[in-house]
Amino acid sequence: MTGGLTLDPALVRRARQLADQAARPVIELARRHTTVSIERAVLRLAGVTGADPDGIPWVNRLVDAVRADVGLEHGVALPVFAALRAEGINDLTLLAQKAAAGSIHFQIPQGRSASVARRAAHRAVAAGLRRIDRRRAERERLIQRLGDPPRRPWIYLIVATGDIYEDIEQAQAAAREGADIIAVIRSTGQSLLDYVPEGATREGYAGTYATQENFRLMRAALDRVSRELGRYVRLTNYASGLCMPEMATLAGLERVDMMLNDSMYGILFRDINPIRTFTDQRFSRQIHARAGIIINTGEDNYLTTADAVEAAHTVTVSQLLNEVFAQEAGLADWQIGLGHAFEIDPELPDSFRLELAHALLARTLFPRYPLKWMPPTRHMTGDIFRGYLLNGFFNLAGLLTGQSILLVGMMTEAVITPWLSDRDLALQNVRYVLNACGGLAEDFAPRPDGFIQRRANQVLAEAVALLERICDHGLLQAIAEGTFGIMKRPPDGGRGLDGVAVQADDYYNPATEILEQELAAEREERHE
Amino acid sequence: MSDIIRPYGDTTGDGMVQLSFTLPVPHGKRAEGAALQLAGKMGIDPAMVVHSKPLGPKFTFFVVYGRVQHLVDLREVQVPERDYPLLTPKEVNAVIRRRLRRKLVVVGACIGTDAHTVGIDAILNIKGYAGEKGLEYYREMRVVNLGAQVAVPDLVERARAERADAVLASQVVTQRDAHLHNVREMAAAFREAFPASRRPLLVVGGPRFDESMAAELGVDRIFGRGTTPTEVASYLAHAITTKRGSVPEGAGV
Repeated sequence: MTGGLTLDPALVRRARQLADQAARPVIELARRHTTVSIERAVLRLAGVTGADPDGIPWVNRLVDAVRADVGLEHGVALPVFAALRAEGINDLTLLAQKAAAGSIHFQIPQGRSASVARRAAHRAVAAGLRRIDRRRAERERLIQRLGDPPRRPWIYLIVATGDIYEDIEQAQAAAREGADIIAVIRSTGQSLLDYVPEGATREGYAGTYATQENFRLMRAALDRVSRELGRYVRLTNYASGLCMPEMATLAGLERVDMMLNDSMYGILFRDINPIRTFTDQRFSRQIHARAGIIINTGEDNYLTTADAVEAAHTVTVSQLLNEVFAQEAGLADWQIGLGHAFEIDPELPDSFRLELAHALLARTLFPRYPLKWMPPTRHMTGDIFRGYLLNGFFNLAGLLTGQSILLVGMMTEAVITPWLSDRDLALQNVRYVLNACGGLAEDFAPRPDGFIQRRANQVLAEAVALLERICDHGLLQAIAEGTFGIMKRPPDGGRGLDGVAVQADDYYNPATEILEQELAAEREERHE
Repeated sequence: MSDIIRPYGDTTGDGMVQLSFTLPVPHGKRAEGAALQLAGKMGIDPAMVVHSKPLGPKFTFFVVYGRVQHLVDLREVQVPERDYPLLTPKEVNAVIRRRLRRKLVVVGACIGTDAHTVGIDAILNIKGYAGEKGLEYYREMRVVNLGAQVAVPDLVERARAERADAVLASQVVTQRDAHLHNVREMAAAFREAFPASRRPLLVVGGPRFDESMAAELGVDRIFGRGTTPTEVASYLAHAITTKRGSVPEGAGV
């Protein structure tokens, strides 16, 4: 690992302290709210599956029915399990079907029937979490048997045909060509659907729908190719958009290995309500922590919308905030894949030195995290020859600064979805750089008081100044004022606000209860 | 300069081109022969396979150089005409400041049952499309993106409430000509709800529209496949500085 960069330790401490201060009120806010998607995730853990003939999942129908009768603020677990008992059935999906037909009247149980419902809900959700635990153990066994990639960075490739069966072909081919991680890009617009589509899908727009069945099919296909290759090939999808908690849950149930999960991406780039996002995000990260899933945050997006030099410090601020949110939710260091990107205008003098400074800053601030290094997109012009060279420098910067996960850049970025040959050329590029100077990081120490050293400290100082401003007004206000990625997103605006409720005093969510209790116990153990 | 030209490698008239492609054939002599046959049929003669490489067991990647036999007649080249200048975001902002002295209000939506926000998001969302930022990026625009499945009456209502200068409607789904039907319905509704002088600009986009159908559908402008945010922004800047485009009253409605 690179140790060449020296950061002012007082400044680093101050940055972390401010990030913590900025994030705390938002965490408190998330603790006080629930959302339709969190409640649906609870029902998924309790075993509700499938969809109605129109393709609307039964979890949606059930949550809507409960909400119409008693509101969302108590959580759906108690009314649902009370109704299950009152109906004398033990199949939640059947209950959802009856509820959708309007034949169930939901109530908040009181007294003894409340404690009975509570126990039943707890038992059902605990069983769901145990299924996630088994998938995690299965992953650990497979990695033990087949092994991790032989070196860092792990090589991350994207497939996105829209057809899961075509994706499988391409994913297996990519793994054979050297990919360690396969990401299946989602269909455009899925982040704005307030339900998770069902079943295997063969039609998508610039991507493939994320569904439980698609997760299962792709994971099974990668297991086959992992055995063939003798290394465990990881699968990535997205816990973002309006169904973040459910996506995390389904990923845990189907052993998806990494999930894109940024604390602010949905707010800034999809205009999803800030309270909805922060509340959903906290639950989804608790699930990811439990499932042993590595999260990838989305700082690269700031640089595609704002100037990568001027906005470099917003990346650092976002990384620091993502760190606080991730740690609070219980993610371990090895699960926190903070992002950053090679997006500086190549026409700028010293652009590569600036890239190295920014990449080293991230590496030095977060020495134990699996940082994700994202390739140029903004300055990929369609000139594939120039793009290929730029990707070579991107790969070099990644190696030189000890990045952990390298998203392979395509010379045809912004032109077409990558062809078979584009991927092959891109992997050749990576292999050449790895082969030629894979160990160069150990020789690379930026000169004390040199350009890189000065620039990294400058960006950190700017990050601290921005965090100070955020702390003055609060993070939600800062987002409303357009501090990140230029967009102004007020806390009472954006999509999905109608799916948010303030928790009542008797709110009950067995998943949160179990996850937080076990996390607290684990933390205590570590302190002893 | 002659109107009849050929590609230029290093000598006038040499006709040299470079080409790369993949064939679903295992690597080997037969694959190279297949590549040469393809090049020949494309008018490249003589063709040289300068590089071939297996992509897995079933595919081969080729780089081919050769002399293309075709001629280009510049007199026959036709390009679709754009009747407004392309401006940078800075220039668009300056035009709006100068002409309106307030922000230009844009309301966008996917109308009808269409849930595909890919188009409207590509144009409006700050992330943009094809390396260009969306309209949200423009400081002199106020963008209200209503997202998917917006009913026409709701769109009219919102356009009124926001005092929209322009309404952008996106249509991706074209089953049973739903896109044409929806746009006509929208145009009629806006015509009914607003006096002609106050009606917002109606701009429609989608991959299956014919850009020349604006008048027939009763809207001010149609953008087809591959439209970028810069084009839309430039058009809006152009439209507010010129008199309202003449849409024949009642045409196609």
